[in-house]
Amino acid sequence: MNATFQHQGAGQKIQKELLNDWYQHLEDAPSRGEKVAYLFISGNIGELLQACGLHLVYPEVNALQCGIKKVAGPNILAAEDLGYSGDVCGYVKNDIGMMLGGNKMPHGTQLPKPDLLVCNYAGCATYLRWFEALAEFYDAEMVVIDVPYLRGMGGATKEEVKYVEDQLRELVVTCERITGQEFDPAAYERAIECTVKSEDLWVQVLESAKHTPSPIDAYFEAVFFMAPIYTMRGTQGCLDYYQAVAKEVQERLDMGMGPVAEEKVRIVIEGPPAWPHFRKFWEMFKKWGAVSVASTYSKVGGIWDLGFRHDVSRPFESMAEYMLGCYTNRNWGMRSELIRGYLEDYSADALVIHSVKSCRSFSVGQADLREQFILDFEGPTLFIDIDPSYPLYFAEALVKNRIYAIFVAL
Amino acid sequence: MSRLEQLVQTARLEVEDNEFAVARAWKAEEAGRACVGYFPVYVPAEVIWAAGALPVAVWGGGDKIEVELADARIQSFICSISRSTLELGLLGKLDFLEGMLFSSLCDVARNLSGVWARNFPGTYVDYLHYPQNLKSGAARGYYRDDLERLCGEVGKLTGRTPSDADLAAAIELYEEQRRLLRELSAVRCEEPWRLSLEELQILVRAAGRRDPRRHNAVLVEVLELLPQREVRQKDGVRVVLEGSFCEQPALELLRTLDQAHCFVVDSDLGRGLRWFKEPLSRCGDPWDDLVTAYFDHAEGSVVRHHSPSERSQRLVARARESRADGVMFCTAKFCEPAFYDFVLHKQALDRAGIPYLAVEFEEKMGSFESIRTQAETFAESILFFTEEEATA
Ligand code: SF4
Ligand code: SF4
Repeated sequence: MNATFQHQGAGQKIQKELLNDWYQHLEDAPSRGEKVAYLFISGNIGELLQACGLHLVYPEVNALQCGIKKVAGPNILAAEDLGYSGDVCGYVKNDIGMMLGGNKMPHGTQLPKPDLLVCNYAGCATYLRWFEALAEFYDAEMVVIDVPYLRGMGGATKEEVKYVEDQLRELVVTCERITGQEFDPAAYERAIECTVKSEDLWVQVLESAKHTPSPIDAYFEAVFFMAPIYTMRGTQGCLDYYQAVAKEVQERLDMGMGPVAEEKVRIVIEGPPAWPHFRKFWEMFKKWGAVSVASTYSKVGGIWDLGFRHDVSRPFESMAEYMLGCYTNRNWGMRSELIRGYLEDYSADALVIHSVKSCRSFSVGQADLREQFILDFEGPTLFIDIDPSYPLYFAEALVKNRIYAIFVAL
Repeated sequence: MSRLEQLVQTARLEVEDNEFAVARAWKAEEAGRACVGYFPVYVPAEVIWAAGALPVAVWGGGDKIEVELADARIQSFICSISRSTLELGLLGKLDFLEGMLFSSLCDVARNLSGVWARNFPGTYVDYLHYPQNLKSGAARGYYRDDLERLCGEVGKLTGRTPSDADLAAAIELYEEQRRLLRELSAVRCEEPWRLSLEELQILVRAAGRRDPRRHNAVLVEVLELLPQREVRQKDGVRVVLEGSFCEQPALELLRTLDQAHCFVVDSDLGRGLRWFKEPLSRCGDPWDDLVTAYFDHAEGSVVRHHSPSERSQRLVARARESRADGVMFCTAKFCEPAFYDFVLHKQALDRAGIPYLAVEFEEKMGSFESIRTQAETFAESILFFTEEEATA
């Protein structure tokens, strides 16, 4: 690394340490008699569960790690042997396949069983089916936090917020029963305070891409940048991480440095990444000097760049608002408005829609979105479909051709 | 053609009519009437009826429609009902609907609400969120409020604000319909040769298309005629059919099962129209009655979250209650909720020693021969096994 750069890679190093620590604590939890909750990323309530003394497992994160480490294939096949159809969400099959194989992560961590399955059902109906299956296989208790899908364009209503908030308060009682320990409201508030600071920094990182050239790739890089805010929000480690990343980004801005040597095209990407082909896929864009300046997948766990922040004076209510507002819990009218806003605010030249066959929460509506943007948006709209965790689905030549066609046109 | 056959034939033509002539005619009869369509599975029809509109089940185009326009808007790996329903809309065949409702059934149904809103900007498009945390003390109140909200929205289309008495009367009407449909299903369960599965399905589905008063009268007449029907008892195996709660298999597929001597004696066909397993309990407040219906009377189905394993236990119980020899999973291609249930159900059936068969269907299927062969083999294997047991 050039001697003038002082902060590059700092975030990555911290993230690695945080994750190692996290998994170590998790693995040892049962031996300390501590309890473990499984939950989902979208609209997750990590701060609350941690203040209840629970360790957290995010099966989606495990699935994407298996995807990126290219070990998802055998897991998926194991689940299919059990009877899961080729057409269901690859993440679910990966998780169930991994469970059948002893619940060991690719890096070796032995994941503990769930003492509680918290189905924060925000935006994906598969979440319900996934934890229903785990509840059966592990014989574990399952609680649904029912988050109504938003309708209209005005955001959540008071009644919806109240409904979710009431459920969060009820959940605390369940957690107390499971852990045998009292909920610590002060710890929860401290966590929320920490969360808000991380959220501010995260938005700063995302919005740095408004700059030309963009210092970050808001899709291919952001999916790594987003990990702590979606899994460890509310911890000091998470805040440390975003402080480091903010410096890293600022330094790139100061140096005029970005993810490609020369930024030629600015794109907005909608949809989840193709994990097993992540690098290859990125290369296909880099080759054209294409940089994603905004993406929806980096908002999958929560949206802060529209102004929302957790609020320590209303810790339960603002948590409910957060859950209701996450990306897949928004209807297509809201999603397309968000994307349109990104295209404008980030001066993007093209929209890339990445459709993932087995993830209907994203994919149903994406083709219609393409229709809409072909009609309304002045730049080109590229539509690509791949499965994120199933290595066999990647038709490399086809994807390359499509990308080629659009960038030549640009 | 006997009177009974005539009644069924009329219903068949209406169920298969992608022009929805009957609903259009119903609306034209009186000023101020409206029609509100709904995508499967369930809708609180009582609320819509009380507000002066006809709830119309818009459950795909069946095998009578080619998906072309919708192809650009919903990918080919999504279930056919979502694609053909959108096709109906894009072809203008649903232009008589003032409203269209979608629900939290699955990600497809939910996201379709947004696709609909964009493609049909003049229509009232709504999304109904059915609570999934049934244990929460807040869920019933939330649902009740949402029912009232729906009522207000439909009322805007018709200009009517129904009283509690109007809603109670609507509940009465649909309770009568559900009672008649239960009776009809009981005939099928007791003597499958008296009422074919195809006929039963036609009469169930017609309930989603017709003025409930008119259809109730038809059901009453059918039930009076059925005992007099001349029939011959047939041999076959008794099966519970599961997995067709949303997209509906072609009538020919159902006919094929009867021909293969697989007698479906209980099923989730047309689930939304006969979801409640017993008469609703009534408390004097009709809104609360509808809430209780959803929370306490709904049959185990992936349409709603039940406590884990409850659904599978209910399937086993239903198989026992209907004295079924086996279970047939009849699942729409690409129907994710049904696929998830299948794994848990089959494990429960294995534990209970109940044999099962799984087949997949699409709205438009070229041939049912493969399903016929599978059903015949399944029936034979059950019969063989039963004989073996008897001689052992
Ligand atoms: S369907 Fe999509 S959003 Fe839902 S769990 Fe699977 S990958 Fe995640
Ligand atoms: S057929 Fe299945 S996937 Fe399709 S809309 Fe119905 S429930 Fe959803």
